[in-house]
Amino acid sequence: MSNLNLIKTVKDIPPEEYLAPGHRLCAGCGAPIVVRLALKAVPGPKIVVSATGCLEVATTIFPYTSWKVPWVHSAFENAAATASGIEAAFRALEKKKGAKKPKIIVFGGDGGTFDIGLQALSGALERGHDLLYICYDNEAYMNTGIQRSSATPKGAATTTSPAGRVIPGKLERKKDLIGIAVAHGVEYAATANPAYPVDLYNKLLKAAAVKGPTVIHYYTPCPTGWRSDPSRGIEIARLAVQTRIWPVYEYDHGTWRINIMVKKPKPVEEYFKLQGRFRHLLQPENKWLLEEIKKDVEENWNRLLKLAGLKT
Amino acid sequence: MKYKTWKDLPIGAVIPEPGSSVEYKTGTWRTFKPVIDQDKCIRCLLCWVSCPEPSIRRHEENRVSVDYDFCKGCGICANICPVKAIEMVSEL
Amino acid sequence: MARIVGMNGDTAVAYAVKQADVDVIAAYPITPQTIIVEKLSEYVNNGELNAAYVPVESEHSALSACVGASLAGARVFTATASQGLALMYEILYIASSLRTTIVMALGNRAFSAPINIHCSHDDAYAVRDAGWIELFAENVQEAYDLTFQAFRIAEDKNVLFPTIVNLDGFILTHSLEGVNVFEDEEIPKFLPPKEPVNPIDPEKPVSYGPLDLFDYYIEHKKQQAEALKASYPHILKVFEEFREFSGRSYKPLKTLSMEDAEVAVIILGSAAGTVRDVVRKLREKGEKVGVVSLTLYRPFPQEELVKVLKGVKAVAVMDRSYSYGSPGAQLFMDVAATLINVRDKPLLFNVIYGLGGRDLKPEHVVQVFEHAKKVAKEGEVPEKEVWIGVRE
Ligand SMILES: Cc1ncc(C[n+]2csc(CCOP(=O)(O)OP(=O)(O)O)c2C)c(N)n1
Ligand code: SF4
Ligand code: SF4
Ligand code: SF4
Ligand SMILES: [Mg+2]
Repeated sequence: MSNLNLIKTVKDIPPEEYLAPGHRLCAGCGAPIVVRLALKAVPGPKIVVSATGCLEVATTIFPYTSWKVPWVHSAFENAAATASGIEAAFRALEKKKGAKKPKIIVFGGDGGTFDIGLQALSGALERGHDLLYICYDNEAYMNTGIQRSSATPKGAATTTSPAGRVIPGKLERKKDLIGIAVAHGVEYAATANPAYPVDLYNKLLKAAAVKGPTVIHYYTPCPTGWRSDPSRGIEIARLAVQTRIWPVYEYDHGTWRINIMVKKPKPVEEYFKLQGRFRHLLQPENKWLLEEIKKDVEENWNRLLKLAGLKT
Repeated sequence: MKYKTWKDLPIGAVIPEPGSSVEYKTGTWRTFKPVIDQDKCIRCLLCWVSCPEPSIRRHEENRVSVDYDFCKGCGICANICPVKAIEMVSEL
Repeated sequence: MARIVGMNGDTAVAYAVKQADVDVIAAYPITPQTIIVEKLSEYVNNGELNAAYVPVESEHSALSACVGASLAGARVFTATASQGLALMYEILYIASSLRTTIVMALGNRAFSAPINIHCSHDDAYAVRDAGWIELFAENVQEAYDLTFQAFRIAEDKNVLFPTIVNLDGFILTHSLEGVNVFEDEEIPKFLPPKEPVNPIDPEKPVSYGPLDLFDYYIEHKKQQAEALKASYPHILKVFEEFREFSGRSYKPLKTLSMEDAEVAVIILGSAAGTVRDVVRKLREKGEKVGVVSLTLYRPFPQEELVKVLKGVKAVAVMDRSYSYGSPGAQLFMDVAATLINVRDKPLLFNVIYGLGGRDLKPEHVVQVFEHAKKVAKEGEVPEKEVWIGVRE
């Protein structure tokens, strides 16, 4: 860890690109930003494993691929397991034939990570495979047309949690992925956000430096699924942090840190009003839900302050 | 058609050419195009790091330009530019 | 050089996998194959086998890890049965379509419900459409021998398909036999280390498992279909090389007394031995009976089967499984489809036997032949589906 060259500005990020343009992610999609940065941050030979989802389908439509590194997709729920096998194979072949073991980077959506792929992820984390798992969380199953996942935030409308007259969107809280990862004993786990690229890049560096499993939970603007203006993705991402809805923090070898301290949070309404999925929350009849969300946000922030050893 | 018959396909449905998606020009998706005012630009690279394609090219001394072959016109770069050096211009 | 060791089917497979110097094992315990993964873990932890053992949290992950490891260039093994195979189902097709070279031992066991741990061929048949090569062992020696041949077949540059060795749950997995084993140092003569085709290589970045739309998907499938057909002669070549190596001969079909048989049984797995004993006895009485058992189930040995059935009047196709609502159980449909355009074909009927480990006794087989003789004599099939050994 000590010889990590953490960066200070965006200018320190290497210029080489390992993800080619020509992919078919929507205009303004936030997913490729973390991909570009991860492929730059992980030094040396690397292999990418993708779960089924937007990123996978849009970057490899036969006969074209956007990946300039080896890339493997098998199914939706098994990215961590597939990666485990690749890692084990290189471990064995390194011993037998001296082949140098590349770093394995896994990209799974929130559905592929929080829901259907959670068991495979848990297995991989528990077994301690040397891989960097990045969940690009756009807070719903986007590839199949915006269905709810356990990462969909409370209040959000999706096609399977529509803002109905009786039930105004999703009523359950978002699962705590970092908590789950840390409970497995990983050495490094962090949330990250494209509005803070230096922080994001440094987290990728830190995660890549660990020999063993690490988890990055990346906030992924999705203009299509969120019914938001594609040009405002980064702005929305920043607001998510500034309202304390999406805290940026890390667990680093036993220490919890809030990386982006939000002293004076902005009203959550500012964040909600930019996205169609939340607009119903601003209706008077849904005030109870809005209030509940505000309470959750505060509770979660206080929980993190406590973990970080800060006063609430 | 890149491959004519089933006999011409690489086995296992692999794609052997890395980065071959550059053969697919997503620039046709665009209705607004970003135009950079190089005089205003302070070369902060925020547009470069935030472009999803990537279709902001980074040059010597952190100068930037747009690759219109791939730019989908999302407008993130214009929105994020701290000095408003990028303008979205209608192509319709 | 012959060395006989007493082993059960599971131990024999595990021993063969160890001698095959496998690189990666990813497996999850399930009766009746558990002994295989226990043995392999023991070999690895005692330093007798230099492999990475991935103790996955499910069979779905087991096969997923195997897919990754095989693409990475490793020699890969897994084992499962029944419910475990069912849980792998999604990945079976992916493993073959990505042209991995995984070898799997399937300790054949009935599907739930009700839950049963004994032999049916439900799991073996569940793979029949998935693009794997499937071999059936009839005894423990064959389970041992076929494991080596499975690696050779799967990894053959002219094949490149994952391969299953089926061995009947308990009947073979747990029964002790004297097995003629190889010495470790002999093995590379028959099975050298894997030479991977297109392995994952950071120096040569390839994308595996892309999205394929209507412009190429059907061509990819056609290519895969033709490739599996084209693997056939190469499978025969591996059998032949194994004969040269070991002196033990393997063929897609095993036949007894088929030259002039008027009625015959077609069967898979360990029960073939029972049928063969009955055939010998009936032959002593002068009855023109014969038996065909399949060592190679996929790709299905169609031409050979047509040849051996020439002149036969009635055939009992015996299935240790059932295909609900179908015009016949699985092997029956295979045989029927094989013969469909053949002139002067035998009359066929389907015998369902042995489900969930129910014993197939010699008297059952005699019953089957009686039935077949009646069909042959009368020239018609009164009952297309006959269950034997079931309390009516
Ligand atoms: C076993 C299985 N179930 C369902 C699907 C259909 N499916 C494909 S992608 C997807 C949702 C992906 O959601 P997420 O992981 O959040 O990725 P995103 O598309 O949002 O990027 C679903 C439900 C599938 N491919 N496989
Ligand atoms: S639906 Fe959302 S996540 Fe999927 S490609 Fe479009 S913007 Fe990206
Ligand atoms: S408009 Fe969007 S796609 Fe085009 S250069 Fe700007 S950020 Fe990139
Ligand atoms: S964001 Fe604006 S100022 Fe910064 S490099 Fe881009 S165009 Fe120049
Ligand atoms: Mg999603």
